[in-house]
Amino acid sequence: MSYFVIIISAIFVSNIVLTQFLGICPFLGVSTRISTSIGMGGALLFVMTLATMVTWIFQYYVLVPMGLVFMQTIVFILVIAALVQMVEIVLKKISPSLYQALGIFLPLITTNCAVLGVAILTVQKHFDLLQGVVFAMATAVGYTMALVIFAGIREHLEIIEVPKGMRGVPIALVTAGILALAFMGFTGMVK
Amino acid sequence: MNQVQNLTKGFIKENPVFVLLLGMCPTLGTTTSAFNGLGMGLATAFVLVGSNVVVSLVKNLIPDKVRIPAFIVIIASFVTIVELVMQAYVPVLYAQLGLFIPLIVVNCIVLGRAEAFASKNTVWSSAIDGLGMGLGFALALTILGAVRELLGSGALFGIHLIKGDGMLVFILAPGAFIALGYIIAIINKLNKKTA
Repeated sequence: MSYFVIIISAIFVSNIVLTQFLGICPFLGVSTRISTSIGMGGALLFVMTLATMVTWIFQYYVLVPMGLVFMQTIVFILVIAALVQMVEIVLKKISPSLYQALGIFLPLITTNCAVLGVAILTVQKHFDLLQGVVFAMATAVGYTMALVIFAGIREHLEIIEVPKGMRGVPIALVTAGILALAFMGFTGMVK
Repeated sequence: MNQVQNLTKGFIKENPVFVLLLGMCPTLGTTTSAFNGLGMGLATAFVLVGSNVVVSLVKNLIPDKVRIPAFIVIIASFVTIVELVMQAYVPVLYAQLGLFIPLIVVNCIVLGRAEAFASKNTVWSSAIDGLGMGLGFALALTILGAVRELLGSGALFGIHLIKGDGMLVFILAPGAFIALGYIIAIINKLNKKTA
């Protein structure tokens, strides 16, 4: 698969939030402001790329040679949790300003299923390391895009009169549904 | 709190999906039919009970600082058990749920109950809590799966009830969001009336 196809399909055709349902919790929780959405997206881009790289190396240099592929879930989640912790410590030390911007999102990312999901998908799709990294980055860009679009809509929703029962999460979910409907237009672009 | 209340609180009053809004990814991703929803719900329920019991057994042995990683290892072990068992005995369901089985490990409900309940309570009430929350989750997924299957293909648990094709969009991604949105709206409305 060419890199171009991987990028287009990860961002538009099978957008991780709107067609694959991964990372919904922060999608509904964080995305009320455009600025926080961009911060979350940046942190995710960073962690997702790193995590995919490290889990890929673990998969092919530790788990497969040792015949421990059934331990994949346990190993991957531990690697991701350790990685997030490490990123937090390193970032605090070398770039306090970046830490200020991304810091609050980092603990949230460990339990973001998109990170583990992309790590597993990379292995399932038999990508090589570079393809995996490109896939992870493109997925994070797609995630950020969905988050920012959604936040933009929600900022407007706040000033609109919504029926009582629909306020808050229900209207957000219906909005996400309509957004997903729009993204369905990309279906079939990549086989 | 008595054990009956402990068991039933997860069904409606503190339903993990409809009220607490936890575990949204598998809720939306796996409920293309009532059967898939039920399967996913029961798999999660098993992990919840297992991890709640073990966490509550070892709660005094784990230092406070490393408790979250320790909980994650316990949960991941149970998820691996579920993965292997499903692969062996229900391969069709396993293939349909796909990625969402290993992702039970990052389902907020499981870690949430371990941290909020099992790490503070006895083994017995933790098991009941896990079972109640797990069944509540399974119930929510089955309801959403049933609604989507009925609207999307006119069937329920694979049995055709309505003639015709149904609205395909409810089986696809957008329908998941829209159906869940309206179900939560209805539940909000009902909860306000009784309160």
